[in-house]
Amino acid sequence: MAKRLDLKDVDIYYGKFHAVDGVTLAVPPRSVTAFIGPSGCGKSTVLRTLNRMHEVIPGARVEGEVLLDGEDIYNSAVDPVAVRRTIGMVFQRPNPFPTMSIRDNVVAGLKLQGRRNKAELDETAERALRAANLWNEVKDRLSKPGGGLSGGQQQRLCIARAVAVQPAVLLMDEPCSALDPISTLAIEDLIAELKKDYTIVIVTHNMQQAARVSDQTAFFNLRATGEPGHLVELDDTPKMFSNPTQQATEDYISGRFG
Amino acid sequence: MTDPTVAASLAGPGDPGDRRGGSASAVPATTAPAAEPAPSLLKAGRRTGAQQGDRIFRGFATGSGAFMVALIGAIGLFLLIQAVPSLLANKGNFLTGRTFEAGDPNNLNFGILELSFVTVEVSIFALVLAMPVGLGIALFLTQYAPRRVARPFAYLVDLLAAVPSIIFGLWGAFVLAPAILPIAEFLNEHLGWFFLFQEGNVPLARGANVFTAGIVLAVMILPIITAISREVFERTPRAQIEAALALGATKWEVVRTTVLPFGRAGYISASMLGLGRALGETIALMIILAATPAMFSGSLFDGGATFASMIALSFAELNNNLSAGAFIAAGLVLFVLTFVVNAAARLIIARSGAKA
Repeated sequence: MAKRLDLKDVDIYYGKFHAVDGVTLAVPPRSVTAFIGPSGCGKSTVLRTLNRMHEVIPGARVEGEVLLDGEDIYNSAVDPVAVRRTIGMVFQRPNPFPTMSIRDNVVAGLKLQGRRNKAELDETAERALRAANLWNEVKDRLSKPGGGLSGGQQQRLCIARAVAVQPAVLLMDEPCSALDPISTLAIEDLIAELKKDYTIVIVTHNMQQAARVSDQTAFFNLRATGEPGHLVELDDTPKMFSNPTQQATEDYISGRFG
Repeated sequence: MTDPTVAASLAGPGDPGDRRGGSASAVPATTAPAAEPAPSLLKAGRRTGAQQGDRIFRGFATGSGAFMVALIGAIGLFLLIQAVPSLLANKGNFLTGRTFEAGDPNNLNFGILELSFVTVEVSIFALVLAMPVGLGIALFLTQYAPRRVARPFAYLVDLLAAVPSIIFGLWGAFVLAPAILPIAEFLNEHLGWFFLFQEGNVPLARGANVFTAGIVLAVMILPIITAISREVFERTPRAQIEAALALGATKWEVVRTTVLPFGRAGYISASMLGLGRALGETIALMIILAATPAMFSGSLFDGGATFASMIALSFAELNNNLSAGAFIAAGLVLFVLTFVVNAAARLIIARSGAKA
């Protein structure tokens, strides 16, 4: 189920602007990889290239290879829609579909795949909501709109929606930045649970969070404003936070950056 | 220093002009009884000019709103007052009568049923044609077209709204009618068993029927439906579109799961506004529709007159108040009809809004 991701010399552009330069990194299956770095360094951009969401912006393009278990997702024969069905994504702000009920939100991805069997959908909805630690809070109001939940619940609903289709990889773009500390903790616990079944890549501004949830950490940086972002180093999280190889990483992590 | 607020803060406590801040200005007065009481911060901080501006603007805005309501009420009242004497003198049944004889003030015999049939059928037919096309154009412009195509295309659609309706009328009568004759003949020949396509009460070959008029009306209301729908669809939150994309939705699935639910109320209200325009359209229908003494059969190939076109056609000949009142009564019905349509649109929007 869970698959590995390998990036080889990935360059990312917005029109003529070279946003990210030459990223090569490996994401092993059933692990959490955290992307950290200052604003504008391209970590979210890299994340969005992993499920081909980057290219929905007009003029955006990607060079290099992104391999999912050895298969290049940017191969011209690959359908981006199929990539996004295999690689799920959770966004910075919770974005449940406002017109859909909680249950319909969770199974929205399955419905897109043409699954219509009500019993199967109900079962999947329960499984996904349990996986997202949300089942007990919403089991009595599955037919109510998802927009009525609190921010933290909405974000877990979005996670349930993403895992309902059993993706090979789960991408999370600052999933806790709009949440309070208690909801954040709930999501972090959830990430630790989900790691058993999924390959997870998470972008975070919160270094304590990266230290808490991830197995390996990638530090991205900018040489200067207007220059493309690049990967400074990638290593096991304990090593990155105690004894990084690069001076820039140490400066950033210890707060001496900029 | 004539402004009451300033005067109050300068005056001592207990002054009759003193207002809400009275207790605040009283405090420094007790701690330093000999000195002039310090001006209240609450009052001193306010800029009296801005306050006055606020008052003036509020008065202007409220007045404008009230004027709008009064205007609509006055129009309704005018129509009613003018219509009542003629309605009382009417020998026929106003609601169910199918003839409209109002030329002789001593022998009024008019009813609106015939006009209602033609007006409603031509407008609904136009709406049925324009709604899907308008939706398609709006979706194309917001979701599918590359930006450099969408911009000029949208201007083009807006331009369509600026074409005077007399041009549409002439185009419908002299260009469209002969052009669509083969389609009309085909429908009449093969689907003639269905009431919409049965033999009409005017010669089919002239094309001076509801079919032609409805198509012209559809073109006329298309810009309204398109422009409003486009604006609503454009405001679909980016986050929701991305949510659908990230789940592996195709373009059409993104539209179906996010853009359409988000924009549905706007699309319906846009269509209702289009319907309102169709109901009231006058000159184009006057040119296209053939007058006929025969009764309306419900066929799209019938001629006849709508409320607006009938009133416009006959108004030049009016020479007395009772005859005019008959037409004004018909106008009142049109007024109420458009009112009901708009109210229905609001209701639909409110209901779908509550669901979202």
